[in-house]
Amino acid sequence: MSHEWFLSALGGVAIGASAVLLMAALGRIAGISGIAGSLLSGAEKGDRGWRVAFLGGLVGAPLLAWLVRGESGLGPPQVSWPWMAVAGLLVGFGTRLGGGCTSGHGVCGIARLSPRSLLATVVFMAVGAGTVFVIRHVLGGTSS
Amino acid sequence: MSRTLALLAGLLFGTGLILGGMTQPAVVLGFLDPFGAWNPRLLFVMAGAVATTAIGYRLVWRRKAPWLGSSFHLPTARSADGRLVLGAALFGAGWGIAGYCPGPALASVGGGDPSVLVLVGAMALGSWLASRLPARQA
Repeated sequence: MSHEWFLSALGGVAIGASAVLLMAALGRIAGISGIAGSLLSGAEKGDRGWRVAFLGGLVGAPLLAWLVRGESGLGPPQVSWPWMAVAGLLVGFGTRLGGGCTSGHGVCGIARLSPRSLLATVVFMAVGAGTVFVIRHVLGGTSS
Repeated sequence: MSRTLALLAGLLFGTGLILGGMTQPAVVLGFLDPFGAWNPRLLFVMAGAVATTAIGYRLVWRRKAPWLGSSFHLPTARSADGRLVLGAALFGAGWGIAGYCPGPALASVGGGDPSVLVLVGAMALGSWLASRLPARQA
């Protein structure tokens, strides 16, 4: 178990290094919902290339992992596709409305000591845990 | 050059998600289940990421501008409002249902599971819908 914890902390350091690189090179926050969402609406023409490139790297990472060690690291979905659709709508709508997700608020925002991001992170963690509690321990789980 | 560095940053980010177990929704849902079989891995991911970013940002901000740009683009909003809280709550509910936040969701599109494409398509729709809301609404 401690091996997993070490890998997890190392993964966190990699995520942080990515955020620092993006800030040092382009002066941008590494917030995934913002980087992707602005491609759907909002980003001007000259502001799209780096977003597409970043997302390309993100999508390419499991392929790289697969080439290096023979497994992508992607785990199977835990719920059936209608639940995935509901979850996706909530995640997309909520992160756009709230101005960030786990990366933009949870990592970059907290690292900037932003009170807004700290509040958002507390709220989405608490509601996330509450949702899991209701689904698993009150309703008895989603059939997947 | 900016695209190359952005691609590298994306690769690094995705690799971090994979190492941290965040691309496995079972691990993420396990973290969000402190009253069940709690899996603390995400805590280690967050700690590593926040510490690295906090230190790195401060070093980077000693410069006047990024390597490839005229200024740093930092969020200007200061006060918390209803949008922030409602948005974070809706996001948290979606995260708790499937165990995917935006980064792992997008990183998983190449995995070949059709339901991940449903998730990402719905995510795009949700984001687009929210962007259509009038600017001032609390």
